[in-house]
Amino acid sequence: MARHQIRVTVNGASHEVEVESRLLLVHLIRDQLRLTGTHIGCDTTHCGACTVLLTGPDGTPEPVKSCTVLAVQADGSEITTIEGVADGEELHPVQEAFRRNHGLQCGFCTPGMVMASVALLKDNPSPTEEDVRRGLEGNLCRCTGYHNIVRAVLDAAGTETPT
Amino acid sequence: MIPAAFEYHRAATLADALSLLERHGDGAKVLAGGQSLLPLLKLRLGMVTDLVDIGAVEGLDYIKEEGGFLRIGAMTREVELERSDLIRSKYPILLDTAAVIADPLVRNRATVGGNLAHADPANDHPATMIALAASVVAKGPKGERTIPIEQFFKDVFSTALAPNEILTEIRIPVPSPRSGGAYVKLERKVGDFAIAAAAAQVTLRQSGEVDRVGIGLTDAGKVALKAGEAEKYLTGKKPDAATLGEAARLAGQAAAPTADRRGSVQYKREMARVLTMRALRKAVERAGGRA
Repeated sequence: MARHQIRVTVNGASHEVEVESRLLLVHLIRDQLRLTGTHIGCDTTHCGACTVLLTGPDGTPEPVKSCTVLAVQADGSEITTIEGVADGEELHPVQEAFRRNHGLQCGFCTPGMVMASVALLKDNPSPTEEDVRRGLEGNLCRCTGYHNIVRAVLDAAGTETPT
Repeated sequence: MIPAAFEYHRAATLADALSLLERHGDGAKVLAGGQSLLPLLKLRLGMVTDLVDIGAVEGLDYIKEEGGFLRIGAMTREVELERSDLIRSKYPILLDTAAVIADPLVRNRATVGGNLAHADPANDHPATMIALAASVVAKGPKGERTIPIEQFFKDVFSTALAPNEILTEIRIPVPSPRSGGAYVKLERKVGDFAIAAAAAQVTLRQSGEVDRVGIGLTDAGKVALKAGEAEKYLTGKKPDAATLGEAARLAGQAAAPTADRRGSVQYKREMARVLTMRALRKAVERAGGRA
């Protein structure tokens, strides 16, 4: 089976890589680029642990499940993973809010939750609690720590003061 | 999980995609948003020799009213239906449907054309398109043809599309005044396939009777079900609790679901009845009537 030469920009760095047709984006990110912050949870498009931002048809970064995208489909795209959201040592406001509100328990779903939340707030900077809950429907937390996750996103948006 | 090996082709144009399909024969499949196809390949429930990606083909992504039809380009993503003012104001049944398909992350890639061409009877758009009396446009090497939606689905994962054809557009007749529709879905949890779901689109006469009604059921057989008996019964009648109830009963009776972990046949049928009732009531309300 032929391989494909693709170019992707991940967290601002351009990579030219050779991939097999069937390689999933999440495997490119984790195994070839060694960015292991993006997790594989269910591997069946349910849990959202593998959420990354991928530029859509109009060039806007959108959250997608990287276990359900072929690496070769991402040719020419820009990708942001959890490693790319902080500014050096300074956490992204969403990460900071997750820390402050204890928006994680075991932490496995956290990279996906943060990526989905970053995108959600870009789309809707002042969400209601309902907006946040609906917006995160594609991300599962097996610890069921949703209350603090939702609280963290509202905190990051400035629509709720942490208690 | 890793899919079995296949070859990947990115089509630059529709003509390119068609010639790739022609060249690679029966083992080739069109890749749209991939949100159903890739999981299926990963689980190895299906095999392909070649994937023809139409993601880069321009001009398949639009929502517009033209020539008496709402025209939806096959590559229009679910998220675009959710964001469209035209859909929100005039086709709330499509908004109802898009909003309950999987989850927002999946809806960023999943396409309307893919949802139909995948022909999973548990998918949500088929029933809605049946209620709306939609048709789909298929392009092949010999040109274009239009297929009424009730002739489109042949079996589980099987459609009237020839292997060398591509679904390019969905056409929905622009509803007359006093029309309304709704899609109501029962799911175990957010993002799941339906236990049962019903789509209803109603047009009322000035005098209040039902002029036209379309009813489609999700997960009610090998293909999305058109509840023809129920439609026939309700046409010409005043929509009240009794007539809607009888139509819903007929629809539930027609449902032929299979038992699985989402429920028994009896339960799913009963839910089909209840949801048809709710969808009809909401459709009549949206059409400006009272039920």
